[in-house]
Amino acid sequence: MITKRIIPCLDVKNGRVVKGINFHGLNDVASPVELAKYYSSCGADELVFYDITASAEGRKLFTDILRETAANVFIPLTVGGGINTVDDFDRVLKCGADKVSVNSGAIRDPGLIEKAANIYGDQCVVLSVDVKRIDGVFRVFAKGGRENTGMEAVSWIRSCVDSGAGEIVVNSIDTDGVKEGFDLELLAAVCENVSVPVIASGGAGKTEDFIKLFKSLPGVDAGLAASVFHFGEIRIEDLKKEMALNGIPVRI
Amino acid sequence: MIAIADYGVGNLFSLKSSFAAIGHSVAVTSDADTIRSADRIILPGVGAFRDAARKLEESGLGQVIKEEAASGKPLLGICLGMQLLFDKSYEYGEYKGLGIIPGEIIPIAGVTPEDLKIPHIGWNSLDLKRESPLFVNIKNGDHVYFVHSYYACTSERYVLATAEYGADLTAVVALDNVYGCQFHPEKSGKTGLSILKAFCEET
Repeated sequence: MITKRIIPCLDVKNGRVVKGINFHGLNDVASPVELAKYYSSCGADELVFYDITASAEGRKLFTDILRETAANVFIPLTVGGGINTVDDFDRVLKCGADKVSVNSGAIRDPGLIEKAANIYGDQCVVLSVDVKRIDGVFRVFAKGGRENTGMEAVSWIRSCVDSGAGEIVVNSIDTDGVKEGFDLELLAAVCENVSVPVIASGGAGKTEDFIKLFKSLPGVDAGLAASVFHFGEIRIEDLKKEMALNGIPVRI
Repeated sequence: MIAIADYGVGNLFSLKSSFAAIGHSVAVTSDADTIRSADRIILPGVGAFRDAARKLEESGLGQVIKEEAASGKPLLGICLGMQLLFDKSYEYGEYKGLGIIPGEIIPIAGVTPEDLKIPHIGWNSLDLKRESPLFVNIKNGDHVYFVHSYYACTSERYVLATAEYGADLTAVVALDNVYGCQFHPEKSGKTGLSILKAFCEET
């Protein structure tokens, strides 16, 4: 039986994991490679590396780290951040990424998803979308959630799926950081309208939030989070055991 | 030495790294003589069947791989590489494969209920149907990572394992010294590495 996936997301800047973390048994808590190995050993089903570097030197460091991670961690690896062209896809795929996540790049160049999907296949192209309610309407935000594009989120997601996006990461700005659960209303609207895998992001604060997500929305395929894993507030082994106890299919 | 056939389809970095992780040296190569002198051959592949089949034929590597397999050398096809072992595929038309294992590659959508998402992406459990040297270090129900929209429709006698996704999808096949995995062992954590190790040491 196909299982629900748990995905930790690592923000990487100048070759280091950005958010402060503290784990037992990890010598270098800010090393993306060490942290990736650790999560893989804990049962993470997939990893997302998000490059928030601005400089060219930082980019080079990021791809070095990606290569080292892919040489040591044998679970799927998705890479996002600064993906604006097909050349950017090529750059990270060569270093061992399996999937590439596009966000603002797809907003700037609406042809990017189709071009990349034609070359690398739909399964390689992940659309990441930041969504916020404005006057009761789900709107797409760009530039790390700072800029309202004015586009309605569900129709934007549908058009990207039609262009070849093979998976959708739905990040709710409204629930992100609040730690009171995922944005079930938004996720339900997306699940009703697309037939590709949907990854929920934003709002996880405790184990029950994941249980509620998968129990109430069978269309959601994976749950993504960063700080609750990095700070050890949720241990992935415990989360997956709890999911199994609740009858949610999971890889243990 | 193990040869990973490089015929210009997809990136082989992770696959190469996975063999290093289990202590086996590999050569990623498009050279026919290197493939002929190898102890074992890996046929990888991602993307569309048509393009891959054409590149295998144009490079001449398809013929080399067929000859080596016929001579008894262990061969493992991975993902699209597994699909290429069969007679033909109906992905975006009708295209001939290597014809090493009898069978056809057909859409998953034709056999699974409509509400299931296509591609079949994610970790699914293996239902082991037969004993195989590939399975010496894994157990029934272990999970592996799949990404595919088409699957191999073949005689039960060649199917070593299936994965349930609305239907029993072919996951591992074998015919004598020729093996194939629909999933990505190099992305399937410990279970995947165990299968690769078994291919290197038990076949």
